[in-house]
Amino acid sequence: MTDRAQVLETVTAQIEPFNKKQASLTDATTFAGDLEWDSRTVLDFVAAVEDEFDITITMNMQAEIETVGQLVDAVLKLRR
Amino acid sequence: MTDLLSKFDPLIAERAALLATGVRDPFAIVMEQVLSPTRAVIAGRETILVGTYNYMGMTFDPDVLQAGKDALDDFGAGTNGSRMLNGTFRDHKDVEDALREFYDMDHAMVFSTGYQANLGMMSALVGKGEYIVLDADSHASIYDGCALGNAEVVRFRHNSVEDLDKRLKRLPEDAGKLVVLEGVYSMLGDIAPLSEMVAVAKRHGAMVLVDEAHSMGFFGPHGRGVYEAEGLEDQVDFIVGTFSKSVGTVGGFVVSNHPKFEVMRMVCRPYIFTASLPPSVVATSATSIRKLMTADAKREQLWANARALHGGLQALGYRLGTETPQSAIIAVILTDQAQAVMVWQAVLESGVYVNLARPPATPSGTFLLRLSVCAEHTAEQIATILDAFGKAGRAAGCID
Repeated sequence: MTDRAQVLETVTAQIEPFNKKQASLTDATTFAGDLEWDSRTVLDFVAAVEDEFDITITMNMQAEIETVGQLVDAVLKLRR
Repeated sequence: MTDLLSKFDPLIAERAALLATGVRDPFAIVMEQVLSPTRAVIAGRETILVGTYNYMGMTFDPDVLQAGKDALDDFGAGTNGSRMLNGTFRDHKDVEDALREFYDMDHAMVFSTGYQANLGMMSALVGKGEYIVLDADSHASIYDGCALGNAEVVRFRHNSVEDLDKRLKRLPEDAGKLVVLEGVYSMLGDIAPLSEMVAVAKRHGAMVLVDEAHSMGFFGPHGRGVYEAEGLEDQVDFIVGTFSKSVGTVGGFVVSNHPKFEVMRMVCRPYIFTASLPPSVVATSATSIRKLMTADAKREQLWANARALHGGLQALGYRLGTETPQSAIIAVILTDQAQAVMVWQAVLESGVYVNLARPPATPSGTFLLRLSVCAEHTAEQIATILDAFGKAGRAAGCID
């Protein structure tokens, strides 16, 4: 499994507890649109991802991240 | 042509639907007459005010009013200019002197509102590649200041010392960092565990700014705020405050002992590119601040009133924002907008005005009725307020 596939798998698993709508998850799934997350959910989810990978995803970066795929790419970049 | 306002259609529809149920518009209250710090006429009816942040009841203090009248006569209605150019009059300097005396600090800088004080500090103090670490429940002015500036912004869970520590630990050791805290959080009226948070911030080499907007006048031996009550005078780098709450006027400020603080006047755009406060406002503010320095009886009365109102609402069966009365803000937590508006309106019809607060201002999408206590509330007024909440809550089915 590639690095990216591994991160995608981890992130997908982390989305599940917050995936109240049971939306199917792909690279193109959007947090605001498809998952309908409010700012509280985003806060909890981002904290979980940060803890998992021991990284900081600033609010500036969060503003640019709209899809699951973009988040996975950001995690890969930040982990380096 | 695309109508740029059409993106607000859902909000317009939500509001129309709410008003169609026959309720008063909670965001269109007009005070036709203001009779005292705790009484006004709303829709022709004398109403007790419990939603005004007028904690110390200074708005009708005779000395404060006289100072304003004198300033109007001597300096005119307005300044027509920026603090940087023609907008600094004698009393702008005097109110900064009053703040230095009140806080026993070396520097004080007055902005036209508290909102602008936070805009200015967040955007100018912390630059690109540096970090602002803020509480998730921070006031909109703090978030907006971040948006105006270029800093990297990291937020931690509300009042979580552990989360703050974890977040600071992950940031580059040599990068500039500002931890932004509030003494009292205005939505639920809870206070920050400042001693622990400031210790964590200092351990990680961060500077600390505390917004004490909702604590000035009645926390700590001199009423300086939660930081004074916790003995952190030499630990906190910047205190942000406002004139629009305990001082009873309008305006914002920052005080600091930092030896280079005065440079902020040259770099804070919300200080430079706006008109300064009118002469009467800085004169009334200076007088009010100096009176607050020795307002011990008012402080005591305010705390007694807060305890009475908090205890009374709890006894009625309401769920409140804090278990104990931590500040002069008491938040009644309700389940949804319909219930909140129903209780709010019933209370108003009994002659009591409180704030209705809804997302996005509130944390976790909650609907709140917010009471802010005044030192001038009488025992009789508090009894009336509790009676109104009892009747309204039972009618709405949210208490037994």
